[in-house]
Amino acid sequence: MVATPDVPAPEPDEPIVVEEAVDAELLVEEVSIDGMCGVY
Amino acid sequence: MSRLVDEFELGLEAPICLTWELTYACNLSCVHCLSSSGRRDPRELTTAECKALIDEFERMQVFYVNIGGGEPTVRPDFWELVDYATAHRVGVKFSTNGVKITPEIAGRLAASDYVDVQISLDGATAEVNDAVRGAGSYDTAIRAMERLAEAGFRGFKISVVMTRHNVPQLDAFKALADRFGAQLRLTRLRPSGRGADVWHELHPTDGQQRELYAWLVERGEDVLTGDSFFHLSAYGEPLPGLNLCGAGRVVCLVDPVGDVYACPFAIHDSFLAGNVRDRGGFAAVWRDSPIFLDLRHPQNGGACTQCSAYDACRGGCMAAKFFTGLPLDGPDPECVKGHGARALSSVDPASAPRPSGDHSHRGGPRRPVALGMPAIRPARACDESPLAGSVKETSHV
Amino acid sequence: MAFDLDAAWGLHPQVAVRPERFGALLYHFGTRRLSFLKDRTLLAVVRELAEQPSARAACQVAGVEGAELARFRAALAALAASRMIMPRTEAP
Repeated sequence: MVATPDVPAPEPDEPIVVEEAVDAELLVEEVSIDGMCGVY
Repeated sequence: MSRLVDEFELGLEAPICLTWELTYACNLSCVHCLSSSGRRDPRELTTAECKALIDEFERMQVFYVNIGGGEPTVRPDFWELVDYATAHRVGVKFSTNGVKITPEIAGRLAASDYVDVQISLDGATAEVNDAVRGAGSYDTAIRAMERLAEAGFRGFKISVVMTRHNVPQLDAFKALADRFGAQLRLTRLRPSGRGADVWHELHPTDGQQRELYAWLVERGEDVLTGDSFFHLSAYGEPLPGLNLCGAGRVVCLVDPVGDVYACPFAIHDSFLAGNVRDRGGFAAVWRDSPIFLDLRHPQNGGACTQCSAYDACRGGCMAAKFFTGLPLDGPDPECVKGHGARALSSVDPASAPRPSGDHSHRGGPRRPVALGMPAIRPARACDESPLAGSVKETSHV
Repeated sequence: MAFDLDAAWGLHPQVAVRPERFGALLYHFGTRRLSFLKDRTLLAVVRELAEQPSARAACQVAGVEGAELARFRAALAALAASRMIMPRTEAP
């Protein structure tokens, strides 16, 4: 298997990875199944 | 990356969930019934047709259906259809006034992982509730709730249509839900079905809307709304939910005779997309109906697009505008900025579109709301009651 | 808690996956929560999870570039938090 550049696992004192995750828009959004208008 | 809300407005491959009105028959005659229910329609889908429809939902991966009506539990094949749906990976929630929730039924429901129950209640007291839903309906609902709680069914829904008369009971509703281990759900009154006749006198006042919004914001996701108050998001912080009209894009209605509408609040030829009995069935209607395709285009917001709140309210509810006689590319009748009220003042109520079809019980003019007076109910023609010959059953259930 | 990219993951058995134009919908029949995946590559990652010995490998197979990995890890963390995906305990 070809090695890919690893993103280091986040340490509590390493803010950079956390900042990246916060700045980038989250790729997942969640809602309740009751959260769409037009159903009883 | 475009916003999720923009993607949804362009429509999905299949509904996420949908309302399925199983029958127009009902033992009650609620004054605001959005489907004008009461009498069974002889053209109702057969059991076999219902199962074929469930098969389609499964193929399309509709995640769940909210089965309502009328009162869906009065159909003899109701439980058979619920079992069929859950056996075919279609989740079920059904809306009921509680009339058929016996202790035995409550036990079976509590044991099922894939069936949810929604009890309708429009007053935290019998006085307020029965003025809208009829004498004895409060007791029937509470009894059903007691039985579900007793059977260990945690988290069933208590669904309330907010009116001028029950906004003062918000805390009492929450207490009721807490008492039974249920989840409270508040929904918006639309001028749909019989609601068209009582909307002007029943819908919450401006002050009550503001009060309701603040109360909902404080409760967060503890209280459900079915995303039906997204027009209130114009007040400020958006309420939980998608905050968009799902009609024809994310959700739709299948009615008892197989007609498919954009949403249960829009039962009118203008929003009739097709029929599941047509060739291609429900899937073809969802995919190809010109009405749905039109809804999946970016909508014209008209003057509303200039408003600072448009991003939050997106012009409000299509059905509310339609049945109050307002143009669809204008403000919602309950626009929190007052634009809707202003627009309404120049609309002749008599010119507003009438709901299509009326399955109401016969026997007199629609009863106006008479809160504060003793609840006098005119007798209904028993031979059209779906419980004809067994009306007393309600007191033994 | 940081999401462990080097652990084995899989879809929760009560989750239904439905591809969409913009990505996918995930519905959890147990929790009744709905998750939207806003990216088709993320869908590919989620589908690969059960086939790969680690989430990191699933990302690689799905074509996630190194620089994007943090973003995908955050997405997987969100899915784990809502129990859409769960750790696999059996040997891959």
